[in-house]
Amino acid sequence: MPQYHQFDALVVGAGGAGLMAALHASRSVKTAVISKLYPTRSHTGTAQGGISAALGNLEEDHWEWHAYDTIKGGDFLCDQDAVEIMCREAIDAVIELEHMGLPFDRTPDGRIAQRRFGGHTNNITKKPVMRACHAADRTGHMILQTLYQQCIKQNVTFFDEFQVVDVLVENGACNGVVAVELATGEIHVFHSKATLIATGGFGKMWKVTSNAHSLTGDLPAALLRRGLPLEDMEFFQFHPTGIYKLGILLSEAARGEGAVFINGKGERFMARYMPTLKDLAPRDICSRCIYQEIREGRGIDGKDYVYLDFRPEVINRYFEEDGNPKRVDAHYLEQKLPDIIEFARVYLGVDPITQPVPIQPTAHYAMGGIPTTNDAEVLADETGRIVEGLYAAGEVACVSVHGANRLGTNSLVDLVVFGKRGGIRMAEYAKQASFRPINRDAAAKEGAAQLERIRNSNGTERPSAIRKELQALMDDKVGVYRTGAGLEEAIDHIRDLQARYQRIRIDDKGYKWNTDLMEAWELGNLLELAEVTAYSALWRQESRGAHYREDYPQRDDVNFLKHSMVWKNGRLEVRSKPVRITRYAPEERKY
Amino acid sequence: MKITLKIKRFNPEVDKKPHWESYTVEVEPTDRVLDALHEVKWTQDGTLALRRSCAHGICGSDAMRINGRNMLACKALIKDVAKDGVITVEPILGLPVVKDLIVDMEPFFAHYRAIMPYLVNNDPPPERERLQSPEDRARYDDTTKCILCACCTTSCPSFWARGEYVGPAAIVQAHRFIFDSRDQAGEERLRILSEPDGVWRCRTVFNCTEACPRGIQVTKAIGEVKEALRTGVIR
Repeated sequence: MPQYHQFDALVVGAGGAGLMAALHASRSVKTAVISKLYPTRSHTGTAQGGISAALGNLEEDHWEWHAYDTIKGGDFLCDQDAVEIMCREAIDAVIELEHMGLPFDRTPDGRIAQRRFGGHTNNITKKPVMRACHAADRTGHMILQTLYQQCIKQNVTFFDEFQVVDVLVENGACNGVVAVELATGEIHVFHSKATLIATGGFGKMWKVTSNAHSLTGDLPAALLRRGLPLEDMEFFQFHPTGIYKLGILLSEAARGEGAVFINGKGERFMARYMPTLKDLAPRDICSRCIYQEIREGRGIDGKDYVYLDFRPEVINRYFEEDGNPKRVDAHYLEQKLPDIIEFARVYLGVDPITQPVPIQPTAHYAMGGIPTTNDAEVLADETGRIVEGLYAAGEVACVSVHGANRLGTNSLVDLVVFGKRGGIRMAEYAKQASFRPINRDAAAKEGAAQLERIRNSNGTERPSAIRKELQALMDDKVGVYRTGAGLEEAIDHIRDLQARYQRIRIDDKGYKWNTDLMEAWELGNLLELAEVTAYSALWRQESRGAHYREDYPQRDDVNFLKHSMVWKNGRLEVRSKPVRITRYAPEERKY
Repeated sequence: MKITLKIKRFNPEVDKKPHWESYTVEVEPTDRVLDALHEVKWTQDGTLALRRSCAHGICGSDAMRINGRNMLACKALIKDVAKDGVITVEPILGLPVVKDLIVDMEPFFAHYRAIMPYLVNNDPPPERERLQSPEDRARYDDTTKCILCACCTTSCPSFWARGEYVGPAAIVQAHRFIFDSRDQAGEERLRILSEPDGVWRCRTVFNCTEACPRGIQVTKAIGEVKEALRTGVIR
């Protein structure tokens, strides 16, 4: 018999967005959080450089500038009303985090310290602006810890290490989820009035990625199976500074503090491509420039990587060249960037204080995801119809505030602002709604069947081999540079992998902590989302933000200034919806 | 290079007690122990159970005992830990083993929750941020780095001897708030830590400091809490 629980509000995922939603929802309705990890293991904790808000603590700044930068950074695909909400509310959100106890770094007069970050500018001078509020280079860690601490203080109910396998969407409404308790293998049915999905990204479909092993897109795939669409899936950000071969992230904060890219000829090449912002150009642009250098034979020793150089004397030389009076020394960098300096030392054996660091672009962030309104309500289609009782926030959602390319620090802004809005809205809804009836045994049976199919599958294919092949394929054909022919090949190959996935075999047939089974199940989700990603990328015959088509190298506002929405009901289908534009007219993107 | 992983295995659905299994895998010297464990799990024996997520030392999932010392498997490189081509891996000590390298973390988190791990400030919040000088902020910086991986607590002989002892990690978390100039519940936390299973069970063995993958001066932090209790002054 499945175990049965009833809550007014359910939050799936315990990263920044989920915890923020839970904090706000649990103030007025009976709330529970379900997470496949202990909350403090969530990937928000790995965010490094900062969270932007136009506090203006160190120099003039305005939320409208933040909004314009975000929209331009997103190559004009952002829904501008949503961006305005985010950048305006970012200020209160950061103050709220400070009041909760977040240990931000401080200015000499005791206010929250801010630093430069890619694409964030003074709109008048076009120069970088200090907008990113930070706690060394572990800002995400501090946000995650602080929000979890507040949840303990507020006595929020948690179901830790429970994997949600199905979302109970029926007749245009959501009534809860089905989950498996990892420790026992038992099935639990969670009946709710309102459910918010905040499970983060799905970067594990690529090989070189900054993403955690757990980021496998389980919930977006579950919604796809329930007949709901996903938005803008062709837009996935490749962060320019992953540790060579490993993909571990080295924060853009390094460049915020003055680090530069150096090619095999010893040249600071970004000055050639983006004369104003140089190394602080947005991530999509930097990643393409790196590959351009590599393609033209100017990688280090002609190989497939370049350097991120943050030796103090190099930083100071370029500060001087740029007319920036600031100077840094080793002690300052160790204070400001302790974690990433340690990553380079541990994983590469390279000391960034005395040596340049080998880097390459790394699959990092999903701009696309579950389509929502500005209050985190999940959209059922391109007309704005919502799924009653279903919400999504954070990286898993597509509001869309990031458009075709997210600016650094805006992921943290997104998750606190829309996590909060979602939590408040779901509680308002749950207070006046009643529980819709569900068939709990049928729900449990359907959820369990997904797992039993894998447990009992007696094929010959190893899931790990299929995953490895998928990741290599995605790096090769659905990466920074894409072509129509390459994407078609990728789709065929993914479908072949999906067919082979039907013939897998796992070693562990047990119930308690069966990670063999769960990894295999997660692979199924990655395969679904990989297909959708490649298919959406094939549909978009233009280049915009993080999506670059070599066969369509220009942005095409006439035909593609619109969001994609893709369904998989038997076969894939793409529809579109217009971009909401308020006051920032699309223009050519120059830095 | 070829290495042998000796892993302590326990499957609650099959085994009466734990046993050792050996696996030979091909790895690079610069690979992580986590990579080697995945190599076993993905190519030889899928039943091997472990927790892991971020794989670069931040999420705190994969604390385990590697060659007799607590480490994160994702932060221990093969070349640094392999002895004559052999690496032993077992679950951290002092918490009930659930399956293979997975232990029941609940007693650990219960101790964490017991020390009020959250900011307490009952004054009405100002419109903007509460001010804090860089010096006051630096006072508790070291203990903000804790990722709750349990490497410290499960390397402590006092904790092995008595699981009711709150342990180093909980004291580190208490320290993070006691010495935060914005917090108002320092004395209450000190009262909790002055109980018999509080800070005085620490015998200053320094295992915790050696084990911390974040480089936190754990023993020093515990010492500062003891000092605050002795003197009645938080500074």
